[in-house]
Amino acid sequence: MAAVEMEQPEEALDAKITGRGVNVFYGPKQAIFDVDIDIKEHQVTAFIGPSGCGKSTFLRCLNRMNDTIDICRVEGDIRIEGHDIYGKSVDVVQLRTRVGMVFQKPNPFPKSIYENVAYGPRIHGMVQNKAALDEVVEKSLIRAGLFDEIKDRLDQPGTGISGGQQQRLCIARAIAINPEVILMDEPCSALDPIATAKIEELIDDLRAQYTIVIVTHNMQQAARVSQKTAFFHLGELVEFDDTEQIFTNPSEERTQDYITGRFG
Amino acid sequence: MADIARDMDISSPGRSESYELRLKRRNATERRFRMYGVIAITLAISALAVLLITIVSKGSSAFTQAHILAEVFFDPAEIDPDGTGDMKVIAKGNYALLAKRSLYDLFPEVEGRRDKRALTRIMSSGTDLQLRDMVLDDPSLIGTTQPVWLLASDDVDMLWKGHISRDVPESDRPISDQQVAWLDQLAEQGQVDRFFSTRFFSSGDSREPELAGIWGAVVGSFWTMMVCLLLTVPVGVMSAIYLEEFAPKNRWTDLVEVNINNLAAVPSIVFGLLGLAVFLNFFGFPRSAPLVGGMVLALMTLPTIIIAGRAAIKAVPPSIREAALGVGASKMQVVLHHVLPLAMPGMMTGTIIGMAQALGETAPLLMIGMVAFIVDIPGGPLDAATALPVQIYIWADSPERAFVEKTSAAIMILLGFLITMNAVAVFLRKRFERRW
Amino acid sequence: MTLTFLILVLIGLSALGFYIGRGRALNTVSGRVGDLHSLPSHYGFYVALWCGIPSLLIVAAWLILQPQLVEALVIADLPSAYRNLPASEFGLLLNDIRNLASGNVVSREADEALLAAAARLNRAHAIGSGAMWVVAIAAGIAGLTLARRWIAPQLRARNSVERTLLIILVISSTIAILTTVGIVLSLAFESVRFFAKVPLNEFLFGIQWSPQTAIRSDQVGASGSFGAIPLFTGTLLITLIAMLVAVPIGLMSAIYLSEYAVPRVRAVVKPLLEILAGVPTVVYGFFAAITVAPFIRGTGESLGLDVASESALAAGLVMGLMIIPFVSSLSDDVISAVPQSLREGSYGLGATQSETIKRVILPAALPGIIAAVLLAVSRAIGETMIVVMAAGLAANLTANPLEAVTTVTVQIVTLLVGDQEFDSAKTLAAFALGLVLFLITLSLNVVALRVVRRYREIYE
Repeated sequence: MAAVEMEQPEEALDAKITGRGVNVFYGPKQAIFDVDIDIKEHQVTAFIGPSGCGKSTFLRCLNRMNDTIDICRVEGDIRIEGHDIYGKSVDVVQLRTRVGMVFQKPNPFPKSIYENVAYGPRIHGMVQNKAALDEVVEKSLIRAGLFDEIKDRLDQPGTGISGGQQQRLCIARAIAINPEVILMDEPCSALDPIATAKIEELIDDLRAQYTIVIVTHNMQQAARVSQKTAFFHLGELVEFDDTEQIFTNPSEERTQDYITGRFG
Repeated sequence: MADIARDMDISSPGRSESYELRLKRRNATERRFRMYGVIAITLAISALAVLLITIVSKGSSAFTQAHILAEVFFDPAEIDPDGTGDMKVIAKGNYALLAKRSLYDLFPEVEGRRDKRALTRIMSSGTDLQLRDMVLDDPSLIGTTQPVWLLASDDVDMLWKGHISRDVPESDRPISDQQVAWLDQLAEQGQVDRFFSTRFFSSGDSREPELAGIWGAVVGSFWTMMVCLLLTVPVGVMSAIYLEEFAPKNRWTDLVEVNINNLAAVPSIVFGLLGLAVFLNFFGFPRSAPLVGGMVLALMTLPTIIIAGRAAIKAVPPSIREAALGVGASKMQVVLHHVLPLAMPGMMTGTIIGMAQALGETAPLLMIGMVAFIVDIPGGPLDAATALPVQIYIWADSPERAFVEKTSAAIMILLGFLITMNAVAVFLRKRFERRW
Repeated sequence: MTLTFLILVLIGLSALGFYIGRGRALNTVSGRVGDLHSLPSHYGFYVALWCGIPSLLIVAAWLILQPQLVEALVIADLPSAYRNLPASEFGLLLNDIRNLASGNVVSREADEALLAAAARLNRAHAIGSGAMWVVAIAAGIAGLTLARRWIAPQLRARNSVERTLLIILVISSTIAILTTVGIVLSLAFESVRFFAKVPLNEFLFGIQWSPQTAIRSDQVGASGSFGAIPLFTGTLLITLIAMLVAVPIGLMSAIYLSEYAVPRVRAVVKPLLEILAGVPTVVYGFFAAITVAPFIRGTGESLGLDVASESALAAGLVMGLMIIPFVSSLSDDVISAVPQSLREGSYGLGATQSETIKRVILPAALPGIIAAVLLAVSRAIGETMIVVMAAGLAANLTANPLEAVTTVTVQIVTLLVGDQEFDSAKTLAAFALGLVLFLITLSLNVVALRVVRRYREIYE
């Protein structure tokens, strides 16, 4: 049993994102304790764990979304391709362009579907003319598997479609700026099973192009979509391994207890 | 799907060179935008600062008053020629003459009616009252000679405070070179001085700036606020209770709600028109009376009180109502015993804020005649009176230079009241704030 | 003052009723409170209400009716020569009788008949007041004794008392409605009389405003003209200037405070802005007249411009200053109501904060901001003291902010302050202007409140 445990190299050469000694505080309260992690390119990495275990907090460190919370403080070292994302010279805006994010609740802007997707390319000046923008919007929607369903209603409000469609719209919005990494914070928790299945399928398709990190409550989902799984508990990274390994043969007792449903 | 993905031939924007350039521009825009915010706030706050500094710098000198020291002979022949000792006779004495004589004594060389009149102009026309009050206080002064600080005229006061410049040509200032010379001569002997005077706080309005005080207006405001408070608080609190606790959800209640919200935004002058048409012309209430002023302001503040009251009642958690109902209290008992006491601090805060608004309100009072020139201190809500903000308006409209500082000083007093009221409201809110 | 005394007596009587009622209730069950349907104090209140409410209602009705009845009596006794006077002169005559009765100065020689009428008036009032005392106190005592007699253990005193209280609550809540009704009726009534003298068309579309009606009919401009267009344009000009100041500054302050400022800055700046809102308008008016207007005039003259000493610009600027906190606090509310998820969605795409604000938050908050601006406009239109003190009286039809203009509210004040003769077109015009003002601000508010409500529904 113990023989299967994989050795973590000091710095994995093919890691897209590396975290070393990450601590996160909300005011005086510590939410993340000394997390080390290596996230590989073109893989889906799932963060699992009980509510309040810090998985979402850690995810939000990866594109510095926590900066928007005044009392939140991040210590330690998080690098994307070797560049410290908390370094002084780093522009958060640029970082977030490279590391996109999809949120727990679908949050389309109260604008048309087209404008929702076009928003990113517009602010980043990625396209020169309307035709190019149309193309980006269309391709993003196709890639998010949404185009066929809503192609006749591009000018209608993004808030008027179903929850599952809204979440795919948010994914389309995220990939329209062609990020390298996509962070997903429980993207299916507000959706029904059919919509969830569609999103999971989409995540699998997107893996070829992007590095995806997904936080999920749902262990079956982690098992279905991810190649690597990290188990968080009480702000600590308890175990991080191949998904198959975690679900069939975890090395930590706490992981075992969690995936067999003894707590969480 | 993956094939389609590869169709997208745009590179990740985060790393191209043109992106870096664009990013610089975007960050500059960001800084500029943030700067606009800072500028806006700075503008607003510095305007407030200019306003307050203007008022204080113009008004602080109003609390002192120039006086002239003279030896006054309380001549029995002018006060009480028959030696009756009767206060009624003494009150009718010719004190103006005594004041004049004391000035003539200071400058025996002044001859001729015109010069003498010019000389007497350096003191206030209210000095006779000043001397009379002294004698009424202490009749034993009759027949003696006393040094008295006589109140100087407003022009002298302005000259002494530097509001009238000596450098402008004689024809352009209300005080002549001759008068300035007399004053300088007196000043050399230490007989002109300005010191704190209580007159501003203790007397009513007057046409003479040096005699005018705000007490009449303060008392008028007091009666007005009393009437307003007595009317608006019970009605406001009861309306809030009814709407929040008892009213069925129907069209009538909706109408009342919409109506209250709209009433809160009706211009105050319209309430003045209402008061004029209904209270004065229809019901025949007296003009200029604090009673009517208070009624008009009560209608005006009613929406504020109702809205604040409802918010306070809403903040009481339903669990408390359920607990009381659970032990068999009637709905009315629940409200009177539990909800109302808990909502009281919030209601009081709302009331004070509403009263502060009413205290500063001017326009509706103009409509119902509280803008009259009234010297006497009002003795009750039915006497003709004016109010503090209206007094400010009246003085601001007066041409005399000396009224500018009076106006500013009155504003300082008014702002003082308002700040106190709001501070009390903030204190109450902090003291009784409850988080459920 | 005797009225206050009477009311105090009646309240005292009610208090007595409370103790009598409570004691009686306890007596009927010989002290065993459990046998009573309600608490003893409920019986006390029951008697007190029966004693106080009817008697106080009688006093109120008496006070309203007595003057009319007494005057009708006095008029009936006047010599027919007086009674047949035309309506307007008859009004003056009545006024003189009233003044004579209260010992005031009278405008005419007081003859026998008038003196007699004044004496009758005084006598009738004295009798009336005396009768009121007797009737009111009798009613109070009657209520007290009757209610005391009705007290029995099974009497549902609490239900009666609570029902009465509820009725009082309902009446209180209708006072707000009555106020609106009062406003509408009084404005409409006087306006109708005004439009009987001056055609509606001339009022709404005329461009000449000079309300001075002459004292003698042969004077120049005897008719007066009531074309309100210059007032409307003047109001609009000043409102526009105020909005040009208040909307950018107020909105940017709100954005900065809700999106950028750290809590400590917010905690300092917000109360400071609220002070701006708490300053009475008469103070702003003084500030405009004594500081801002001379400053603008001086600056204008040094630039070689001809600036009126009561320029629209000065009044508008200061009014804008007054409205800043209004715009900023309302906008702050709507901006804070935009869900955080929208901000995160935009930041997650790599948008800067200002891009997020300009492209996501403001569009989302737009309805609320428009409503805030509408409310601010309504405020500016109805603002009185600043323009009374800092704007002019001359009704110029101009769009030049350096000239003096006048506004609707200024004219209402000038027409009604000072000596007024009722029924003159001049006085009635003020009510017509008031009606226009009321209708405009009312519709702005209704629209704004509706927009706000719709906006809240989206995000709740």
